[in-house]
Amino acid sequence: MLTYALRRLLLAIPTLLLISLVIFLLVDLAPGSPMSEIPLTVPPEVRLKMIAAMGADQPVFVRYVLWLRQFFWVEPMHQVDLLFGSHIVEGQQRIISYQTRGPVFTVIGERIPQTLTVIGTAYLVGVLIAVPIGIYSAYRQYSWFDQLGTFIAMLGYSVPTFFTGVLMIVIFAIKLHWFPSIYNTSLKVTDWASLLAQIRQMALPVLVLSLFNAAEISRYTRSSMLENLGQDYVRTARAKGMGEGTVVLKHVLRNSLIPVVTVIALGIPGIFGGAIITENVFKVNGIGAALIGAIHANDLPMVQTLTFIFAVLIVVFNLIADILYGVLDPRIRYD
Amino acid sequence: MPDGGDAVLDVRGLKTVFRTRGGEVHAVNSVSFHLRRGELLGVVGESGSGKSVTMMSLIGLLPMPPAEVRGGEVWLGGRDILKIPDSDLREVRGAKVGFVFQDPMTSLNPVFQVGFQIMEPLIRHMGMTKAQARVRAAELLELVGISDAQSRLDSYPHQFSGGMRQRVMIAIALACDPDVLIADEPTTALDVTIQAQIIELVKDLRHKLGMAIIWITHDLGVIAGIADRVMVMYGGQVVEHGPVKALFADPQHPYTRALLKTVPSLTGAREARLQVIEGQPPIMTEEPRACPFAPRCAHAFERCDVENPRRRAVDGLPLGQGHDVACHWEARHG
Repeated sequence: MLTYALRRLLLAIPTLLLISLVIFLLVDLAPGSPMSEIPLTVPPEVRLKMIAAMGADQPVFVRYVLWLRQFFWVEPMHQVDLLFGSHIVEGQQRIISYQTRGPVFTVIGERIPQTLTVIGTAYLVGVLIAVPIGIYSAYRQYSWFDQLGTFIAMLGYSVPTFFTGVLMIVIFAIKLHWFPSIYNTSLKVTDWASLLAQIRQMALPVLVLSLFNAAEISRYTRSSMLENLGQDYVRTARAKGMGEGTVVLKHVLRNSLIPVVTVIALGIPGIFGGAIITENVFKVNGIGAALIGAIHANDLPMVQTLTFIFAVLIVVFNLIADILYGVLDPRIRYD
Repeated sequence: MPDGGDAVLDVRGLKTVFRTRGGEVHAVNSVSFHLRRGELLGVVGESGSGKSVTMMSLIGLLPMPPAEVRGGEVWLGGRDILKIPDSDLREVRGAKVGFVFQDPMTSLNPVFQVGFQIMEPLIRHMGMTKAQARVRAAELLELVGISDAQSRLDSYPHQFSGGMRQRVMIAIALACDPDVLIADEPTTALDVTIQAQIIELVKDLRHKLGMAIIWITHDLGVIAGIADRVMVMYGGQVVEHGPVKALFADPQHPYTRALLKTVPSLTGAREARLQVIEGQPPIMTEEPRACPFAPRCAHAFERCDVENPRRRAVDGLPLGQGHDVACHWEARHG
């Protein structure tokens, strides 16, 4: 298992390098200039100087290699310096956003907590409702509960979040005034009242996203449970006189969760990337919103870095999913 | 009817129906039989003749719905277990009645260690602690002929061969010292040498432990070698039943005769082709009013199409005690 994990990690290096190159080149090829935010009144020679100061006049490969160095060496070491007070990369150039003229990772550090609180909660809630629903739907296949679950799951999965999001805002925020329609990023939870306010402003985005997540995961759980409920070993467990609870929640569930857990793990990078739309609908100032803003402002370093971080997360969680598979299923041994 | 005294299991008039979209399927039609202590009853018949369904329905192992046990009594340990609540029936399954299924490759749970799967019924039915159950599980593995039992407890099913897995299944079935062991084609999925080993193992265990066994198979050779009595099933009913010697020496039902003819002989002249019984076993959409075998029977006459034959004694002994057959046609003797 350990050698397998190490081998996979080593294999991830060329994969990520290739991805980073593609991302870098694609973003670089996109039309637009880092100067698009600068007023037209600034004379051309000053513009050229500004471009040179940002290093944007260098050939694309030079910039790529520099960016690689910054991403893989300077930025991690900067965190190390911050943590331990060391001076490994002191004074070295970090990745700078065209927009804020500050380090990209500072922006990311500010935005990630927002994303994790709202989108992470939504994912967690989604999983926590989806798995029991999937189990019960499969156990009582074609019951009214299962039919209703199927209908809601189909709805939740096929209706895009930008539609359900706006719909929820219209119903619950505008018509009923139950929840605010805009997420207040600066709200700090200090007492019961602010906690309540936080829960209220999280309610709508969490509802919309967890519906979407739960729809997918409950379907996976249901079909996996159904597949296993018909297996011979279930009959064996019943023939041993085990109660239905043990049969379903121990024997069947343990087998059914193997594919479901990997689906859940693979969905986690989506917390960061896929929630871009929901973040914009509810004005959650998270990482997705940062990416959209950077794209609008031609902030190439920010777009490149964020996109690459999503790619890293996807590669990492793929690896985690594979390892989990081996942990959950004794038939799979990676050595 | 059977001498209730020494019968560990007494099944009377069992009827099981499957409700499907296409209508009802009468899978078990008034099946009666009993099992004495320490006896081995062989149940034979083609696929679809209702052998497995009979055994599964008497212990409540069929999924309900679509299955429905519509009538009959199953007496075990002084109770009619068709009338007791599910929770009580679970106390019977695995404790009083052990099951061994056909396919050992799929009958064990792939994600749990073998030891755990043997310990489960011990903890549930015998009230053992984990440590006690583990000791007993190792004994059981040794009993079924798995060497190095202590360390094999921590293996997973995929680390065992098919024959070994069937041994594990037998260990699970025997864990709580059942009165009755139901073996549903336990050797069908195994290759021939392993089959022989498993049969020897069961013979051996039977002498050691003295439980009664119901052995479902379509292999008449196996039955001849191990059974005390044989029950031949067709169309969800018992068509012939009797002590193994009498039944093999003097088969009464045309179906039994045809089955015996399908067994290729190792000695004597080699026939050009293997014997087959033409046609398919029927699917009963209603309670049979005619003999279910009539369409394939060489001896069928008018009465067979209008009246389902009842079992009648052949040797003068009370029904169920000796040799009986459900057929209108009288086989000529000698």
